[in-house]
Amino acid sequence: MRRYLKVLRLFWEVAIAAELEYRLNFVIATLSSLTALGGSLFGLFLFYRTGYEFQGWQWQEALVVLGVFTMLQGFAATFLSPNLSRIVKHVQEGTLDFVLLKPISSQFWLSTRTISPWGFPDLVLGAVMVLYAGNQLGLGLRNYVTALAPLILGFMSLYSLWFMLGSTSIWFVKIYNVTEVLRGFLEAGRFPIVAYPAAFRIFFTFVIPVAFLTTVPAQVFLNRIEVTWLAGSCLLALGLFQVSRLFWRFALRFYTSASS
Amino acid sequence: MPLLGYLQRLLRIIPTLLSVYYAYMLEYRAELMFWVLSGSFPLILMGLWQEAARSGQFELNPDDVVRYFLAVFVVRQLSVVWVIWDFEREVLEGKLSPLLLQPLDPGWRHFSSHLAERLARLPFIAVLVGLFLVLYPAARQQPVHLGWGLLATALAFCLRFLMQYTYAMVAFWVERATAIEQFSFLLYTFCSGMVAPLTLFPDAVRTFVLWTPFPYLIYVPASLMIGLPVNIGQSLGITMIWCLIFWSLNRWLWRQGLKRYSGMGA
Repeated sequence: MRRYLKVLRLFWEVAIAAELEYRLNFVIATLSSLTALGGSLFGLFLFYRTGYEFQGWQWQEALVVLGVFTMLQGFAATFLSPNLSRIVKHVQEGTLDFVLLKPISSQFWLSTRTISPWGFPDLVLGAVMVLYAGNQLGLGLRNYVTALAPLILGFMSLYSLWFMLGSTSIWFVKIYNVTEVLRGFLEAGRFPIVAYPAAFRIFFTFVIPVAFLTTVPAQVFLNRIEVTWLAGSCLLALGLFQVSRLFWRFALRFYTSASS
Repeated sequence: MPLLGYLQRLLRIIPTLLSVYYAYMLEYRAELMFWVLSGSFPLILMGLWQEAARSGQFELNPDDVVRYFLAVFVVRQLSVVWVIWDFEREVLEGKLSPLLLQPLDPGWRHFSSHLAERLARLPFIAVLVGLFLVLYPAARQQPVHLGWGLLATALAFCLRFLMQYTYAMVAFWVERATAIEQFSFLLYTFCSGMVAPLTLFPDAVRTFVLWTPFPYLIYVPASLMIGLPVNIGQSLGITMIWCLIFWSLNRWLWRQGLKRYSGMGA
């Protein structure tokens, strides 16, 4: 375990040092995040400006969902996407051999090899939005602490989904478009799940579990915990994580190194 | 006589380019299907607005909403552009150099590859829309201004291509020109009518947005097809003006950029 933490620190120090070379990009990323935030708020405002509200979600509560979604996007941009594109490259060029030879878990190596500070602005802005809404609703420290658990479970589910998609690159080398499909569906997490018609709700709960990624953490934060949802979130995260590990091992059986 | 020769040359070049790129795109059929599916954003908003319109607090009824976002989905599919990623790579890796030797502007190659991809994508869109109309009969409707709608869609595609190809020219100066496109894409998402028909925007915002090129990429063609009130002449006029602006900017940047281009890596 200690060895893993040490490796992790080294990985991330190197990654940040490398990215710091592109400081202007960071400014652009921040500007983009701010614009995206303005756009998202505008989109939400269009629903609320005539007095309509998502069933049982007032403006500030919907803001919490949007904040959680923004954090999730930041998480994906920081930790998931840069590693995913590397997995694809490793498979394409056959350098996955070197990773497999290392004396640590190959899944750990591939999932944590690099981080990109490009997602930081989104993480921060999302957190600010949640803090602002929490303040307006008069929520206390306890809410923040309890909401952390489902949030982490959400991150875990998202990670497992991404990693499984990444694993499929062993068979289909180009998978960029598949991740775009997933990304498209995840956009649904901007809004509480009750805002959708019944068919959409079923799809986004059972087929693509978007409801567990943003709505459930927001509900816990707002003190509306339903045990079934929380249990579902827990099961989903642990289940997906386990499946992603098994799936990676299964995929590796089909790996035939390239050009070596 | 030179004019006739010029026309003959065009008649030879256009079908050749189109058929070559069409064959090329057909090779990526499975991939194309995923690209079609990744444009699911309008369908998500369709659900949200349909539910919202049921409350009766908006000026649209639920069926109108479904038709509008279905039209948005189609227009979006028909005007997808990715030229900046290709062009950036060509410039950075020096692959532009051999293309410069040919007696044809490289822009036309990109344009025809996009056009050919549209043809290859068409069956997928038709199947999806057909399926949708079977499952959801309330969305069926005689297209109102089909001709104008298609013309507006074609113009929208040209404008989107010109905009992105103009941003692409920045690749001559900086390494990551795609950042500009990503930024512009945010404005495109929120101002084009993809998140909601412009009729639902606050008046001041709508008036302002109508002066930008974005609504003409989605809102205008989609509204024309399903018969939402749009001033046809004025909209098409403004679209063409924006096309001209980006065309001139593009040609100017192209000439300036070529002076700087050093064919790195070639």
